Amino acid sequence: MSGTSVAETAEVSAWRVAERELGWGQGQPYNIGWNLTDRNCRLGLARKTALLWEGSDGRERTYTFDDLRVLSNTVAAWLQGHGLAPGERVCLFLDRVPELYIAFAGILKLGAVAQPLFSAFGDESLGVRLANAGTAAVLTQKKHLPKVRRARAQLPGLRLVVVVDADGASLGPGEVALSLDAEPRVDDFPVFPATPETPSLLHYTSGTTGQPKGAQHVHGSLVSQYLTAKVVLDLRPDDVYWCNADPGWVTGTSYGIIGPWSNGITQAVLDAGFSAERWYSFIEKRRVTVWYSAPTAIRLLMKEGRAPVERHDLSSLRHLASVGEPLNAEAVHWSREAIGLPFHDTYWQTETGCIVVTNLPGMPIKAGSMGKPFPGITAAVLDPRTHEPVGAPGRVGLLALKPGWPSMIRGYWQNPEGYAKKFANGWYLTGDRATVDPDGYFWFVGRDDDVINTGGHLVGPFEIESALLEHPAVAESAAVAKPDPVNMEVVKAFVTLKPAFTASPDLELEIMNFVRKRLSPLAMPQEIAFVASLPRTRSGKIVRRVLRAQEFGEPAGDLSTLMED
Amino acid sequence: MDDLRKTILDYVRREYIEEGDDRPLGVDTPLITGGIVDSFSMVSLKRFLERKYSLSIPDADASPEAFDSVEKIAVLVERLSAVRS
Ligand SMILES: Nc1ncnc2c1ncn2[C@@H]1O[C@H](COP(=O)(O)O)[C@@H](O)[C@H]1O
Repeated sequence: MSGTSVAETAEVSAWRVAERELGWGQGQPYNIGWNLTDRNCRLGLARKTALLWEGSDGRERTYTFDDLRVLSNTVAAWLQGHGLAPGERVCLFLDRVPELYIAFAGILKLGAVAQPLFSAFGDESLGVRLANAGTAAVLTQKKHLPKVRRARAQLPGLRLVVVVDADGASLGPGEVALSLDAEPRVDDFPVFPATPETPSLLHYTSGTTGQPKGAQHVHGSLVSQYLTAKVVLDLRPDDVYWCNADPGWVTGTSYGIIGPWSNGITQAVLDAGFSAERWYSFIEKRRVTVWYSAPTAIRLLMKEGRAPVERHDLSSLRHLASVGEPLNAEAVHWSREAIGLPFHDTYWQTETGCIVVTNLPGMPIKAGSMGKPFPGITAAVLDPRTHEPVGAPGRVGLLALKPGWPSMIRGYWQNPEGYAKKFANGWYLTGDRATVDPDGYFWFVGRDDDVINTGGHLVGPFEIESALLEHPAVAESAAVAKPDPVNMEVVKAFVTLKPAFTASPDLELEIMNFVRKRLSPLAMPQEIAFVASLPRTRSGKIVRRVLRAQEFGEPAGDLSTLMED
Repeated sequence: MDDLRKTILDYVRREYIEEGDDRPLGVDTPLITGGIVDSFSMVSLKRFLERKYSLSIPDADASPEAFDSVEKIAVLVERLSAVRS
């Protein structure tokens, strides 16, 4: 089935087509874990390479779909043997090691809920998310064990810590080693009979207020992820696909695990930090054909110029796509010239589970536009007051979607009020502002809240401000976005100090590192302004909007509204 | 190992490596590609070097490649200090 036939049947519903292809309603299991592994083996792909893995130290591993099937069974059986039950949350706190990808499928086969967390998270970010989810087990690596141990001291419900590379290291109570290479392989595992509504994943995402929310996905999301991966990323049987996102974020699961493997596609994974040389070498060596990346990465590559591109043979590349932040027109033009292919922008979020607005392969790209709604998705720009579509092209409003596509989240974990706030007048509100042009292309304008998008990762100002307040010198704090040429936005903090402390460059660095270790490198303020006071409403609430406007050189808006709350 | 390399190595070990993480760290250990320091953390490392050695590291020099090991960072600091003096 090609992209065109999907567009033609959009009225019938693109999702029904995908369900038919997946054999849904004809007795095929809905369980995502089974669909990523056993289904491919049944389709004759058992010996096909599923994962081409490369570590930061140059180590390489290759796994077939049959390896995935058996090893995910092994993880499922092992977890079951250690008392984990369907519905319990099992956290993956791992770098991009093979165990992460395999255990993801294993956890789902067991019927448990996978909770992937970015392994660069510090103590506080990790602890808050494990506490909120009531996580029963964490899979991790030796090097992250100290953080897990500190978090666990506050978490009586966290029964089991599984170390995938223990290698004889001494482990404490409740800590168990699981070596996939040494563990006897389990050929058969009774896969949990999930329905499309059975919870599958919990992905934490940051908002303006309060702690991060657990976006609750279900097994039925597969329909959307399977179809969009096939059509938008243009995946074909002989492809070698690379998604450079970390599965701690939704792109890394929807399109770094589920999308490609539900299509039986070989994917390449590089577990190494950014370097232009290393990335181009990886594409060249692995003969990557389809690459799903992000604007910040593209801008980093642009910074290194054409020379490293020309040192490598990138001719295997056939299709490029991007997500996470606005893809600036220059980046599209640059890749067209330097690599010979344009990046196709795709827009979506943790809550949507799949790409919802996109530049489909073959569609004329308007550089700087997110593209058009995917067939099966109804998108509109709404008037912020009436929540009715703005009607006229070019008018800025709230980007909204008609609820009901398969991979939409079913709620925020134990936070029904937070979820209810995402809807108005029958629309799901993305929290972004956009315009539509007369040709139906959507253009991103900005977020409709104070969340900071740094390098394609959302960070919540509230979490940063709370962490700042834990530093002994800080009296009050506000965290806002500051424009950045590479990361689009970075975190800037404004703080007032307690009387006994004086501002100094050393104190600034100390506070930066303090936040980095508590939250994450992403959340670390890249600049701290020590101020005498912070702008407040009459009721005393700090107004980030004024500080943000200052950073962006924009008017702060109607200051009289500062009197309101 | 000279003082410069030792100071940078100690700082990296103290700030970016978890206690109990027993992976060996030497002057040639890849920091960025090795996943010890990411591009965001590089900002605080750069800030440390600028403070400690009273330098300003231009953006063009603050690339992931130039920060990929203690040795490379030391060479960068030496070059920038020589320019300054
Ligand atoms: N293609 C894109 N263009 C502009 N913003 C984007 C794009 N993709 C994602 N975003 C932003 O990232 C948010 C989703 O972040 P997350 O839920 O972490 O995946 C969206 O609500 C947007 O604010």
